[in-house]
Amino acid sequence: MDSSEAIYNGLKDAGIDFIVSVPCANLSKLLDMIDEDNDITHIPVTREEEGIGICAGAYLGGKKTAILMQNSGLGNSINALKSLMELYEFPLIMIMSHRGTEGENICGQVPMGESTPRILEAMDFRFFKPGNPEAAYEAIFDSWDLSIEEGKPVSILLEISYW
Amino acid sequence: MARREAIVDIMDKIDDEIVVCNIGFPSRELYDIDDRDKNFYMIGSMGLASSIGFGLALARPDNDVVVIDGDGSLLMNMGSLVTVFANNPRNLTWIVIDNGAYGSTGNQDTYAQVIDLCEIAKSVGFKNSFKFEEIDLSEVIKSDDASFIVYDTEPGNSKAPIIDLDPPTIKNRFMDSINS
Repeated sequence: MDSSEAIYNGLKDAGIDFIVSVPCANLSKLLDMIDEDNDITHIPVTREEEGIGICAGAYLGGKKTAILMQNSGLGNSINALKSLMELYEFPLIMIMSHRGTEGENICGQVPMGESTPRILEAMDFRFFKPGNPEAAYEAIFDSWDLSIEEGKPVSILLEISYW
Repeated sequence: MARREAIVDIMDKIDDEIVVCNIGFPSRELYDIDDRDKNFYMIGSMGLASSIGFGLALARPDNDVVVIDGDGSLLMNMGSLVTVFANNPRNLTWIVIDNGAYGSTGNQDTYAQVIDLCEIAKSVGFKNSFKFEEIDLSEVIKSDDASFIVYDTEPGNSKAPIIDLDPPTIKNRFMDSINS
């Protein structure tokens, strides 16, 4: 399993069948794999917050949902994550390419990247930082049930070193 | 006339459709006028009514979904016009009650007063972009494309009470009704 396959397999084995996305260079291969899978509905969105709303609606209609995005998208989604997802107890897996971590070469990614784990802590949302494909598979596979149990989204942060 | 009468008009045409309703007074008024299990009331996350309705429409292609949105909320999530149009879910009917005001916060003016939302939807590409008074809502709901409808009203809120259901109850009741 390479880094993208581990995420794809984790999502598939968790039963995820509805994914929204805003791209990241690190997510390119994964996005291609999802596009080729006819059993997954994949909706690219204009902004991550919009994607959170779409996932809420899809879950109401019976889908198991995930969002793929950069960690910058967390900043674009905070109110929806609290006052839609947590308020109504919606499950969601959030797969985040965690930019601004060790090895980042774009300075613009660093401020949000450094704050991302602390933002999730402040939101009281569970998150995992798997360091290799096996750990990512396990974390993602477990996240859907954990998210239902918690009544909140669960995040997977994939640092630059992961890829 | 104000929003409440618009919601009465809309609900007169609703049979067994799923309804997703915008945050604040719109949901309170809908709850007061015609509470049904198939209504999803927004309590938070202004702007996302159309996104929630769009996700539902994709997940439930055999159900018709009607979104009751507002002009201020639409302005907060204009990208949704593009995403909905590009995917064109035939079972989604998106109604914007345009009172030119942020009604739930004291009727402050919105920029919708100086633009034409129907023309914007047309320019994005919506074949079905109508004023409510021009159409029969029941027919538009059954059309083969996603539809965008503007219902022009005056600002103003009724005395509708606060919704006395907690959000998980709104969600669970709604899911039970559409999955039964």
